[in-house]
Amino acid sequence: MKDDNHKNCVIHTEELSKIYDEGAVPVKAVNNVHLHIEKGEFTALVGPSGSGKTTLLNLLGGLDTPTSGKVWIHGKDLSTLSKNKLIDFRLHNIGFVFQAYNLIPVLTARENIEFVMLLQKESKKERKDRIEQLLKETGLEDQGDKKPSELSGGQQQRVAVARALASKPQFVLADEPTANLDSKTAGNLLDMMAKLNKDEGMTFIFSTHDQRVIDRARRVITLVDGAISNDEVRDTNKVTT
Amino acid sequence: MLFAIAWKNIWRNKVRSLVVIIAVMLGMWAGAFILAYIYGMIDQRLQDAIGSEVSHLQIHHPEYEKDNDPKYFITNSGEIIHDINNDPAVKDISGRVLAFGMVASPGKSFGGKFIGIDPASEDSVTQLSHNVTEGEYLSPEDKNKVIIGKKLAEKLKVKLRSKIVLTFQDIDGNIVAGAFRIIGIFQSYNSTLEESNLYVNQKDLSQLQNTNDNVHEIAILLKDADNVPLFQEKLTSKYPDLLTQGWKELAPELGFMIDSLDQYMIIFFVIILLALSFGIVNTMLMAVLERVREIGMLMAIGMNKWKLFGMISLETIFMVMIAAPLGLLFAFITIEYLGTNGLDMSGIYKEGYSAFGFKSVIYPQLETRYYFNIMILVAATAVLASIYPAITALRLDPVKAIRKI
Ligand SMILES: Nc1ncnc2c1ncn2[C@@H]1O[C@H](COP(=O)(O)OP(=O)(O)OP(=O)(O)O)[C@@H](O)[C@H]1O
Ligand SMILES: [Mg+2]
Repeated sequence: MKDDNHKNCVIHTEELSKIYDEGAVPVKAVNNVHLHIEKGEFTALVGPSGSGKTTLLNLLGGLDTPTSGKVWIHGKDLSTLSKNKLIDFRLHNIGFVFQAYNLIPVLTARENIEFVMLLQKESKKERKDRIEQLLKETGLEDQGDKKPSELSGGQQQRVAVARALASKPQFVLADEPTANLDSKTAGNLLDMMAKLNKDEGMTFIFSTHDQRVIDRARRVITLVDGAISNDEVRDTNKVTT
Repeated sequence: MLFAIAWKNIWRNKVRSLVVIIAVMLGMWAGAFILAYIYGMIDQRLQDAIGSEVSHLQIHHPEYEKDNDPKYFITNSGEIIHDINNDPAVKDISGRVLAFGMVASPGKSFGGKFIGIDPASEDSVTQLSHNVTEGEYLSPEDKNKVIIGKKLAEKLKVKLRSKIVLTFQDIDGNIVAGAFRIIGIFQSYNSTLEESNLYVNQKDLSQLQNTNDNVHEIAILLKDADNVPLFQEKLTSKYPDLLTQGWKELAPELGFMIDSLDQYMIIFFVIILLALSFGIVNTMLMAVLERVREIGMLMAIGMNKWKLFGMISLETIFMVMIAAPLGLLFAFITIEYLGTNGLDMSGIYKEGYSAFGFKSVIYPQLETRYYFNIMILVAATAVLASIYPAITALRLDPVKAIRKI
């Protein structure tokens, strides 16, 4: 670990395993994963259903605790943090985009984005500037005052991405962010994320089944039965569509 | 921010929140109103009792109360009455000669309390003349005339101008009797008075009893009711050989009713609030369990336990704290309106009320401090009821909650 702990390493795991021991046979959802993610990556996590993508992302995001092995985020060992400390750690270091239910339904798009910055106790001016910038970057200039229920699925996911970026995290984890979107909308969302990755240097790690989404990734990690079976870094030039 | 979100969350399910709010409002309205009703009833009874029966203070010979023996009169009562009456704190004062004995009509006889009064001063202390509904009130020149209660007259089967015979003891223990003609019949909201009391002129009773124009009882009405304890002390030290009692000692049940109202209030509202809090907790639990995914998401993106706890408990507290003041406001309006106009219960249960000395028109009233005390209880309930749903939200595991997506 120590040698990896240079300033560009955002995620590092060693012998990371998660075993569910609830049924008759224990399920190794994540099996001995060594992973190293650098700042600025745009990485897809792929694999068949049940291969452990969600479980791995939850471990990387500090939502779940591993059965064995460790996760370091920017050099910080997550196992040393209490549950409540972990929440604050997530607030300041990790952005999340889920498949659905990303937004607070009673708040407008703008307020949803502002929410995490309020939790971070950002100043009013800071919040205002960042919200406008994010709305612009996600192509939602005119949608800021709408509630989630008034937005389309694709727009909702854009707000979720904007919200994930609002806290200026180390990286964004997105578990099947496009699963509820048609493939054209999914492509647009990915293009937007790719642009943010390029312009802001934001690190994205997303899981997906969608080939068109996979095509946009610069690194593709394939999981089979909880273990990494393939880790491919693509030619960056191919990414542009 | 938490306040704003909590507030908005309340209105996500308008019907459900309104049901809770209306339930709390109704509870508060009914609770405060019933309290005011009881308070008004007790206070009215108290004012009536002071204004027409016990007065603020009474003086007796210390032995008199034990067996009502007429020989325990107040010596020099005329002078004492004169002296006390000169005190600026005193509003009215009246001396009474008392006798307990039998009253007989040609056909019937019953026990009675005979009260020898000075008509003018008695009227100013107890407003007795107002109660005379047939015939007329005593005048000082009347000789062997009596005013009796309507109930007693009916039992004795006598009418105005009938003659009745009063038999009682004189101060030496001899049985004496006098024939009296009924010149007035009185009615009282307190039916026991109507059955037992007979009023005659002081001289008539005093002569038969041999008390030498001394009385057994001095009743005093003060200008300021709050002055009773102080004035009682003053009289006790001035007349150490006599027994001076305040209304709370003379009618302990009245004092008790007033003193125990605070406890009633607490017990009463704790019961109402307990019942309401079950409904509130249940509703909020539903609201939390409906939002499992959202709460999981909030924990995932960085809302810590304190803030989450704050948000969910604020939702509960808001609902209760909107509803309770509104309910109390309605109660206040109702109480103020009926407190001026009166609530006539005579159609429902007049006999019952008057049998216990209550009037059948009730004027509900509630001191301001009760509203404050109720609000304190409500606030405590809101906080307590908010804890369980909020803790339930905290117990959610964000991973499991998100997996449901
Ligand atoms: N709470 C749990 N208890 C027991 N087993 C679980 C639990 N969560 C996940 N698993 C199991 O762990 C394995 C990995 O699940 P996971 O959800 O991470 O897969 P996935 O790659 O995200 O699949 P999908 O593509 O369908 O989302 C599966 O076999 C699943 O059944
Ligand atoms: Mg999954």
